[in-house]
Amino acid sequence: MTRDLTRLTLAAARDGLLAKRFSARELAAAHIAAVEQARALNAYLVETPDLALKAAEDSDARLARGDARPLEGLPLGVKDLYCTNGVRTTAASRILEGFVPNYESTVTAQLWRDGALMLGKLNLDEFAMGSSNETSAFGPVVSPWRRRKNGAFDDARIVPGGSSGGSAAAVAAHLCLGATATDTGGSIRQPAAFTGTVGIKPTYGRCSRWGVVAFASSLDQAGPITRDVRDAAIMLRSMAGHDPKDTTSVDLPVPDYEKSVGASVRGKKIGIPKEYRVDGMAAEIDALWTQGIEWLRAAGAEIVDISLPNTRHALPAYYIVAPAEASSNLARYDGVRYGLRKPGKDIVGMYENTRAAGFGAEVRRRVMIGAYVLSAGYYDAYYVRAQRIRTLIKRDFDIAFHAGVDAILTPATPSPAFAIGEKGAADPVEMYLNDVFTVTVNMAGLPGLVVPGGMSSDGLPLGLQLIGRPFEEETLFALGAAVEQAAPKIELPDAWWAS
Amino acid sequence: MSVDQATVRRIAHLARIAVEDSEVEHLRGEINAILAFVEELADVDVEGVAPMTSVIPMKMKMRVDEVTDGDIAQDVVANAPEREDNFFVVPKVVE
Repeated sequence: MTRDLTRLTLAAARDGLLAKRFSARELAAAHIAAVEQARALNAYLVETPDLALKAAEDSDARLARGDARPLEGLPLGVKDLYCTNGVRTTAASRILEGFVPNYESTVTAQLWRDGALMLGKLNLDEFAMGSSNETSAFGPVVSPWRRRKNGAFDDARIVPGGSSGGSAAAVAAHLCLGATATDTGGSIRQPAAFTGTVGIKPTYGRCSRWGVVAFASSLDQAGPITRDVRDAAIMLRSMAGHDPKDTTSVDLPVPDYEKSVGASVRGKKIGIPKEYRVDGMAAEIDALWTQGIEWLRAAGAEIVDISLPNTRHALPAYYIVAPAEASSNLARYDGVRYGLRKPGKDIVGMYENTRAAGFGAEVRRRVMIGAYVLSAGYYDAYYVRAQRIRTLIKRDFDIAFHAGVDAILTPATPSPAFAIGEKGAADPVEMYLNDVFTVTVNMAGLPGLVVPGGMSSDGLPLGLQLIGRPFEEETLFALGAAVEQAAPKIELPDAWWAS
Repeated sequence: MSVDQATVRRIAHLARIAVEDSEVEHLRGEINAILAFVEELADVDVEGVAPMTSVIPMKMKMRVDEVTDGDIAQDVVANAPEREDNFFVVPKVVE
């Protein structure tokens, strides 16, 4: 019987390759087989087995001569928002169908520089706009998790969250060792919470945005989704760093984040914001939060109550700022330079027909809202006002950190995952409320880490969020590891999706 | 604030998205639901608060003004739905 190499963590696979317990080719082949058997989950939009095997051979040669790079031979999935040289990149949108970039995003280029290899491109909400992966033009992703009712699984197909739903599902189902993701309002952290995985949105500017399809440029940030905190630390070290091609990327040294995993959290001051105790929050979410507080207290952290009074304005303000930036960023999809083109009676008709055919309902809605809040007569009332409120939101955090708080603990989501089709059909705002705990972090540019904390009464994962000071991801990894250590291990159902 | 059908058509045109007559009323409802959701912001006191321009305080980085890339016209047009030589082709815009 062969060992199942897909059960390893990224760190264990790295160590196993270095110890020559198996080859990079065997590791890649095990993952390629798992990906092929899991098509029912619709996590991968493009599979690149040949590229993976070829890279694995190069890795084996390097390993043989003792020349391994930090991620040598480790198979990863890439959210299909990252441009990959020679490999179709669609942002899960019809408007980019058939787009093959001839350049590589900085973040993925850094992962390949460090020896990792790509298994394929992962599904997402169209242009990363969504919280359930249901807005993808190529169909929803199905979570490997299932709801349990009266001791048995029910057959409802559960969403993996979004927008990085393919990344989260693939990592949870062992279809890669780790995946790249992006987070504009919670798109790394909410799917991580829904799938029992770990996700970190680093500080704005920590990772280059160059070559990542833009949604809302002042909020977008790249980060990893992995199966444990150590793996996230390992991946982020390779993904982060200054890039002259992104003027908002920050020129600060990248720490060896893995060293923070297991570091003492004794004496760390953890803020508990009372405004996150929202109306209608599930009792089990509240209980999880209380449990998380106790775990950190037991690990030696000091717990303090704090107030972030502008919290409730964050989500509405986000739904002005993000669509405004999206309407501007998505103006480039005009049927001229790449992707879809639909003829019209003149050039404007061509633009309008192309964009009507190419954008899905949620993208169209957000582009239109964005155009409205930026239009003459409404710009000050909506857009400028939202940016002023953003200043207030950031100020709340500044005050807490100035008072000595090292990190803030909150629930990751107001509820566990739901079934496909269950939310947002009648009212788009119902879906937006998923991001109520995560969006503040993007509005203030802070780092946020989500770690699994337990399970809901119907057997779905629940996550806790740690919010840190700017560029203090190391503190989050130390605290996240402490939560991970204390939390009960949650067990994924057997591979019911495998064909 | 809420929008009427004429405004929905105007926004769609601003956004360069063709909208069928049959979609307008539905879109109006959705846009108004979102506008209702953000309405509470009108009551927030923002007197004297500067709008955010950069979430992380940083100085605009400058680089030497020199050519660092180029001579890749074929790459630039490689994904164009319609091209001729190294040009993008668009419907006629000047009579």
